[in-house]
Amino acid sequence: MTTFDTSVTEQLPAVPVSAFKPAALVAESVNAWFGTHHVLADVDLTMAAGEVTALIGPSGCGKSTFLRTLNRMHELVPGSSLSGRILLDGEDIYDPARRPIESRRRIGMVFQKANPFPTMSLYDNVVAGMKLTGRKITKAETDALVEHSLRSAGLWEEVKNRLEAPGSSLSGGQQQRLCIARALAVRPDVLLMDEPCSALDPTSTRRVEETIRAIAGEVTVVIVTHNMQQARRVSDHCAFFLAAQGQPGHIVEQGRTEDIFERPRDARTEDYVNGRFG
Amino acid sequence: MSGPSQDELAGLDGLGASSGRTGSNAPTIVVEKAPEPRAPEGRTIAQRPTTQDRAFVLTARGAAVSTLVIMLLIGVFLTLGAMPAFRQQGFGFLLENEWLPEAGNFGIASLLWGTFVVGLIALVVGFPIALGAALFISEFAPRSLKKALITLTDLMAAVPAVIYAIWALFFLQEQLLGVAQWLSTTLDGPLGFLAVAVPDSPSSYTSSAFIAGVAVGVVIIPTMTSVMREVFSQAPVGEREGAIALGATRWGMIRAVVLPFGRAGIIGGTMLGLGRALGETIVVFAIISPVFDFTTNPLESGTNTIAAHIAIRYSESSGIALAGLLGAGLVLFFFTLTINTLAGIVVSRSRSGAATEI
Repeated sequence: MTTFDTSVTEQLPAVPVSAFKPAALVAESVNAWFGTHHVLADVDLTMAAGEVTALIGPSGCGKSTFLRTLNRMHELVPGSSLSGRILLDGEDIYDPARRPIESRRRIGMVFQKANPFPTMSLYDNVVAGMKLTGRKITKAETDALVEHSLRSAGLWEEVKNRLEAPGSSLSGGQQQRLCIARALAVRPDVLLMDEPCSALDPTSTRRVEETIRAIAGEVTVVIVTHNMQQARRVSDHCAFFLAAQGQPGHIVEQGRTEDIFERPRDARTEDYVNGRFG
Repeated sequence: MSGPSQDELAGLDGLGASSGRTGSNAPTIVVEKAPEPRAPEGRTIAQRPTTQDRAFVLTARGAAVSTLVIMLLIGVFLTLGAMPAFRQQGFGFLLENEWLPEAGNFGIASLLWGTFVVGLIALVVGFPIALGAALFISEFAPRSLKKALITLTDLMAAVPAVIYAIWALFFLQEQLLGVAQWLSTTLDGPLGFLAVAVPDSPSSYTSSAFIAGVAVGVVIIPTMTSVMREVFSQAPVGEREGAIALGATRWGMIRAVVLPFGRAGIIGGTMLGLGRALGETIVVFAIISPVFDFTTNPLESGTNTIAAHIAIRYSESSGIALAGLLGAGLVLFFFTLTINTLAGIVVSRSRSGAATEI
């Protein structure tokens, strides 16, 4: 798997690039449906550039759906629909003039279940995004990019001597960090993370959280998590989602993380962050 | 094997007992007496099957064994029946071009060549179409069309070969004459062996391996499509989404995820198609001329395959000629069995094929 469609070709500066420029992501009255089922209602949320925004809430409250509207993955589900706008640095990613693949390149994603390409080597996994988007860089640049991405994801020291091993040879936690490195290698402005630690052991979880803190500032991070402590540890901002019976998911409260946890304004938020339901 | 599990069980037992005691009698510290060392007794794990269990197992086992026995009996029958021919011809049976049993001179060399060429042409024609159809159905077709196309390919696989045969004879043959003529005259220079003796006469091309191969290719398309599509559709959603989230185009995602995942299905489906092509009888029978004239030129009239040859000759053969046909059948039986077995191994050993039946 070394040759890919090269419909989009562009020259990139040599890596590592010192100045990533994270972009703000703004959701404006986003609604989402699966068929006729209204799952998300009027979500307005600003995800500040270079900060970590956590989306919290009980299962089925629409936070993963919301996350998937942010890089146009939602529309891949048959029968799904959407309204509202998602602005990346002020430009609507759903603008008909913009190709979805352009938006996805700038807004990377890490999934709940680690999904490295199992037959590709670790090295090829990291550069897969560059090849898939048809970007050509020299061997030396590629080597530097692989090292930089793996270092950012906190995986370099563990795998630097076996970069030719297949992606499936890593442990679960390592696979997830490989996926983070893979997402970072295309140098996105925003990184979306959908419960990245829900299948990981405590040690791997800590490594991933350290990684999130380390890359914040270089990229804007939006993370969905069920783990209150994790939201508290890694995020700058929090948005609490809730879906009542027969009602679509919506944001109950949002604000700085310490405010949400220490001084919640809504009683439901207080109950949730203190573990009284959900 | 039984050692550690015995120890584990003993340990768990002790734990349960002691915790039970401390629970009922909290402040007391219970000191466990060290158990006296004793050799653990092995215990055989057994369960008494019911009559229904026995009946079911016997029936299932009987059915499984009978398929093997039937295959074996066919092999034995063919071998025994072919023995006189093998004994008379020796290795010449595989090397001789002519089929003149009355003159004591016959072999299947030309038949092997014809079978090989027809199979190869069938693959060249069928493989790209099957691969494209499978990719379209699993990756590009809208959901409403998808179901219809799957049903349609399955129906195509169920159409009797004789229907394809009359279609090939009354429609396809005529359409391909011009193609064959054009290929022959155009490629005459660089590929001189494609030149025919009488280029202007259509009958030079009517019964060629090329036309028979294209017709057989059409016959094997549904089978190959079905296997490939099944494997492609199993490519993990997680990996697909991973590629798309990286900014891949749909084709990029297919190349990075679906094709590597489905590689074994592609190989297995193709081999299955080849197995079917080698054994295809009636379609070849309809195209080829019944006379045993033979040419290595795939565009020129005059080819024959093992299967078609048996179909043509068996009613008029007896004695050593019949033994020869049985010998040819044995060779074909062996080839198709090997190819299908290999296809099965390739598919089931792969990551994608574990859940695929072919």
